[in-house]
Amino acid sequence: MLELENLSVKVGEKQIIEDISFTVDIGETLVLFGPNGGGKTTLLMALMGFPRYQVNGGRIIYKGEDITHMPVDERSKKGIGLLFQRPPVVRGVKLKDMVKACIGDKKDVPSVEELAQKSNMTDFLDREVNYGFSGGEVKRSELLQLLAQDPELVLLDEPDSGVDLVNIVLIGQMINELLHKDKVRSRTSSGLIITHTGHILDYVEPDRACVLLNGGIWCRGNPKEILSSIKSHGYEGCASCQK
Amino acid sequence: MSKVTKNNKSDKEVKPAPAAPAATPDVDLNNFVVETDEVPYQKDPAKLSAEAKKRMGEVGVMVDDAKSRAGTYIQVDQSVVHSHAEQDGVEVMGTNMALEAHPWLKDYWWKLVNPEADKFTQHSVAHPFKGYYIHVAPGVKATYPVQSCLYIAKHGLAQNVHNLVIVEEGAELNIITGCTVAPTEDEGLHIGVSEFYVKKGGRLTFTMIHNWAPRMAVRPRTGVLLEEDAVFMNNYICLKPVHTLQMYPTAKCVGKNARARFNSVLVAHPGSHLDVGSRVLLQAEQTRAELIARTISMGGTIIARGFLSGQVADCKGHLECRGLILGDTGIIHAIPELEGTVAGVDLSHEAAVGKIAEEEIEYFMARGLSRDQAVSTIVRGFLSVDIEGLPPDLAAQIQRATDLSQQDAM
Repeated sequence: MLELENLSVKVGEKQIIEDISFTVDIGETLVLFGPNGGGKTTLLMALMGFPRYQVNGGRIIYKGEDITHMPVDERSKKGIGLLFQRPPVVRGVKLKDMVKACIGDKKDVPSVEELAQKSNMTDFLDREVNYGFSGGEVKRSELLQLLAQDPELVLLDEPDSGVDLVNIVLIGQMINELLHKDKVRSRTSSGLIITHTGHILDYVEPDRACVLLNGGIWCRGNPKEILSSIKSHGYEGCASCQK
Repeated sequence: MSKVTKNNKSDKEVKPAPAAPAATPDVDLNNFVVETDEVPYQKDPAKLSAEAKKRMGEVGVMVDDAKSRAGTYIQVDQSVVHSHAEQDGVEVMGTNMALEAHPWLKDYWWKLVNPEADKFTQHSVAHPFKGYYIHVAPGVKATYPVQSCLYIAKHGLAQNVHNLVIVEEGAELNIITGCTVAPTEDEGLHIGVSEFYVKKGGRLTFTMIHNWAPRMAVRPRTGVLLEEDAVFMNNYICLKPVHTLQMYPTAKCVGKNARARFNSVLVAHPGSHLDVGSRVLLQAEQTRAELIARTISMGGTIIARGFLSGQVADCKGHLECRGLILGDTGIIHAIPELEGTVAGVDLSHEAAVGKIAEEEIEYFMARGLSRDQAVSTIVRGFLSVDIEGLPPDLAAQIQRATDLSQQDAM
């Protein structure tokens, strides 16, 4: 589904990601651990194609196609969706209009109201996008939009940050629905989840994990083992483990 | 040999910051005619010309199906072409006739607008006028809105309008008024004096859509008086080109717990100069005011004014002005003013002028919209001001009229 080949990304003059490679297979969910400032968000922003995040080495291959220099909207149309960690407030635009825009001309997607009910956002449809939303409401709003988009590759930037215990259960359910976790053999949706706390893993089961540290991949393996090691030794442990 | 270094930051000359807002271009009243042929009265407004009906429809005035209206007033140039009321307790007619029919109206005439205020009010006093008189009897709640259209068909005319609205105690009324002009490249002038009285416990929602033409000068002069527990909601939409527009309606909240809200949505095209504001004087306890302006410059100039005056303790007002500059040459000059004359007033304002944030555009693009679609979605949202208390069908109709205006405007 997704292949990163020796990818390097800079923001302004600062090199953030350097020469990383990994793949996400069809139907697979990969979790990317890493401390704050380790380059996780930069990586997702570059995968989505935002111009501020410049790829200055390597390639991004999505479903066999080189999308390294493809504009954001085309990537979205090809089936890549992003949960923003801190999406902007858009004054004047109502959430229901945003969800309609996400549905676009797709025919086989549930109605705005059904999707809103599923994400417990019915009362927010007439509110301005993200204006005055709490941490959990922002995530539910993002997931509502993604359910409407129905992407094949879901990029989730810290879906568990700033979320209370009540919200995280629902957020976990919605992510599982997005990733079609109920299907085992026929699953075609893939996910790349970023987290530095790992809380979301109590609700969503990834297949593999990597650690992104100082702009590079430091460790690959079983998500639970890696999370347990990070909990015991911190990210410093990951760094020293590789030495 | 010395080097000549070119300043490559900008080849444009940097203009000095103006000390005062750009002055509204003057209007020479001698350039306009004041007399014009009488346009015949139409008992059935559906018989108006297709062109006139199309223009009226664009400003929210529906003449083919007036069933969903409590009343209709249509003025073409200086003639009352149609006026009638559907609902008992609602009266709609030309102000010239009303002044004859109801001598007591002299107590309401030129009381909220100073006839000596400027040359436009002086012109209004000195020349023949028409305009709508709308009266709602005590306790009557108009089921449907009253609609009015002030239409200019004659080129070079100075249309002289003086409106009077009285909402009696406990009465409720929505008015939708559209001001528009037959397609023209000629100069024209609209002078519109309006005096609105909302008595104790009354409620008036006044929605005005202006669709003018590139060489029109427009000078509304409006005063509003709000008694105890009265509510006045004013919605003003001007999205089409106009040469100059200058207005600063003033509402006085003189009764306890009176509330006024002004929503303005303005677009200035290249060559347009809009000097528009709203002013509320809070003169009784527990009075409230909210002034909200959304402005877009596509190359023209907008002076967005707002003035809140808290003159008693325990009054509250908020002023919000947001402006987007979408052209390379536009100017938006926001002038929010707050005046408190006693302790215990609660007045605030926020103003912001800028361009659309790139991250907002990219947010929509990440959801699959093209850049152009993202910009138009954001602009459409920016221009939509929620209008509280409007019946849903009227709100939908205003949205349709706004969309129609916007399609051409953007």
